[in-house]
Amino acid sequence: MRVVKQYGMAVGIAVSAAGLAFGAQAADLTVVSWGGAYTKSQIEAYQKPWMAKTGHKINSEDYNGGLAEVKAQVESGNVTWDLVDVELSDAVLGCDTGLLEPIDASILPPAPDGTPAEKDFLPGTITDCAVATIVWSTIYAYDGEKMSGAKPATMADFFDTKKFPGKRGMRKTPKANQAIALAAEGVPANHVYEVLGTDAGINRAFAKLDTIKNDILWWEAGAQPPQMLADGEVVMTTAYNGRIFNAVASEGKDFRIVWDGQVWDIDLWAIPKGAKNKDLALEFVKFSTDTERLADQAEWISYGPARQSSIPLIGKHAEAGIEMGPHMPTAPDNFKNALQNDFEFWADHQDELNERFAAWLAK
Amino acid sequence: MAQAVLDQPVLTAADGMPLRVALRRAERRKRLTAFGLVAPLLIFILITFAMPILDMVLRSVHDPVVSEIFPRTGAALQSWDGAAMPDEPTLQVFVEEMAKAYDDRTVGKVATRMNYEIPGTHSLFMKTGRRADRLKDGDLGAALIEIDKDWESPEIWATLERLSSPYTLSFYLAALDLQYNTQGEIVAQPEERQIYKMLFWRTLWVSLLITGICLLLAYPISYLLATLPTKTSNLLMIMVLLPFWTSLLVRTTSWIVLLQTEGVLNDLMVWTGLIGDDQRLQMIYNMTGTVVAMVHILLPFMVLPLFSVMKTISPSYMRAAESLGATPARAFWRIYFPLTIPGIGAGSLLVFILAIGYYITPALVGGRTGQLISNFIAFHMQKSLNWGLAAALAGLLLLGVLALYWLYNRLVGIDNMKLG
Repeated sequence: MRVVKQYGMAVGIAVSAAGLAFGAQAADLTVVSWGGAYTKSQIEAYQKPWMAKTGHKINSEDYNGGLAEVKAQVESGNVTWDLVDVELSDAVLGCDTGLLEPIDASILPPAPDGTPAEKDFLPGTITDCAVATIVWSTIYAYDGEKMSGAKPATMADFFDTKKFPGKRGMRKTPKANQAIALAAEGVPANHVYEVLGTDAGINRAFAKLDTIKNDILWWEAGAQPPQMLADGEVVMTTAYNGRIFNAVASEGKDFRIVWDGQVWDIDLWAIPKGAKNKDLALEFVKFSTDTERLADQAEWISYGPARQSSIPLIGKHAEAGIEMGPHMPTAPDNFKNALQNDFEFWADHQDELNERFAAWLAK
Repeated sequence: MAQAVLDQPVLTAADGMPLRVALRRAERRKRLTAFGLVAPLLIFILITFAMPILDMVLRSVHDPVVSEIFPRTGAALQSWDGAAMPDEPTLQVFVEEMAKAYDDRTVGKVATRMNYEIPGTHSLFMKTGRRADRLKDGDLGAALIEIDKDWESPEIWATLERLSSPYTLSFYLAALDLQYNTQGEIVAQPEERQIYKMLFWRTLWVSLLITGICLLLAYPISYLLATLPTKTSNLLMIMVLLPFWTSLLVRTTSWIVLLQTEGVLNDLMVWTGLIGDDQRLQMIYNMTGTVVAMVHILLPFMVLPLFSVMKTISPSYMRAAESLGATPARAFWRIYFPLTIPGIGAGSLLVFILAIGYYITPALVGGRTGQLISNFIAFHMQKSLNWGLAAALAGLLLLGVLALYWLYNRLVGIDNMKLG
């Protein structure tokens, strides 16, 4: 099964390379996102209606996050991406280092009741260079069918290989994993980044990860963890909550999410500096972040909308007919022990931690 | 004698031109034609090979960010005593440049660069940048400390001073697990961040191991290929070349099918009862996987030079040695083996140099422990965006290959190499 994935990856690379070569010229706008179920939700909720309304074409590409491709394009002066779906820490870092175009928030449409966009968006979801669309979360999940006996319920259980023997899946990056490790140590969510800010805290997080280092399979693309669970390669895995939800809603899996210690974050639209179709990209940002579009998107995948006015409009899943509200990261039951990915912490420490994480992995 | 030459009449070509001039002209034309034929390739190589390498080497030492964005601060810091806060005029210049950099949206670049050296300074610079235009005269030192007391630390100012030179060795130091301390002395990185020396040794060791295994596997098969009748050897040759022509990705992923814990080989061993279902061997996503897959992929590069050399060795040499009383083993060791050394040299050098820079196979099947130095060059190119460090690592790798090439030339002699 892993082979299928590797092939899939190879084919994906080939296709996106071909897309780069041919698609970029043919389409009016190149929009880059994280692939799989998430990109599908964006295509259904934003892109199809926009294409129908304006007649422009969108070329959709996938990536696995990070600013590397954006930096390469900006520095070489050949910017082929017009709009990228980025994490908050990358939105801030990219803006600070001049890789992203500033976006004037006043162009965003107000809520239907007239509340201006700046007030309607959740606090902190509009930055100098980016406009948020969703609230998502890193959680961990297991397959209810395969897990007999006691079920894991806390973040500490993820690290308990005695009680729950077997491999674990984790994203191959220090982001979120460090926070998860401390949450498993019993550090309360609102203190995690405080503790991580010290050398002792970072050592403690690595020491916790050390306890399961040999049991971890690392994933990079968001579509991998549900696949790993389905194949039985891992007994539990961290994942983006929407991907797990999608496997449940669309493929009838019995995957169950453990919300304890979830690390939530936001994803934002950002425009690479020097994008060829900047004005059109701005039009698309305006269109896709209005109240209705954001609510529509939440009916395709269980990521919360970034606008307050969208929340009451969310109904059932567009295909499976499941009520979406209780599956959102921000639903009160899920949000009890949640912590936010601290973008400022990552702007300061991601070089150091990426390097140390890479060293830790290779040893 | 000289007199006699001078006295001779000048030889002329058919059109009456002096022969010497005509010859020179013809030769020049020939040289121009030759150059014209080579020119496209030469230009291609200059653009796609020489220039990128030069650019890479430059990037590994060139670090103009701070000197471009904070030029006057760098100059003013030259007179700083290195102990307390810099004096007010220096701070004045610093705050002015900070405010300008914030307006130009360039302060983030400096923040990122500083953050490579002192983790945590990214937010310090951004925070200060936001407020810099509000800092007017008066006690600037106190005002900066009020924004963040980190400004008190001489480490920050010392690093800023060091980075204000557009050329730096800090990327090379980082690539050797070294760093500057606050006093500007070169010291080792903290234990948990040391990795590159280990990786360089690992890469060297793995490449040697792969070269050795390839040689052991390729020598007998090449001998067989060279001595069998043409019809059979052609068939065998196709079997060597077929994988050679198959895509690298296909071959690497086939090894994943074979070796993974739920893969063919493990299934077979469980089925035959050799191992229990819970004892499946981890043969891929570690060093074993990297070595096995790389040996398979690089084997043809050893077989082909060996074969082409062995093909030219006449079987009568061996017969002659044996007729003179040598045992077959002695005849092989004294006659046949020395004649194959050019092939061994060529094959080994080829395999070794390919192995030392190998990227895709370790990335796919190396897992956590099977990563080589090139995977970390890619990591710094694609993930951490620290291109200076990536360039320094690549520069060291290039230097290592050149040094080994030189050593090889001294030991074996590059003229003795035969590529086929």
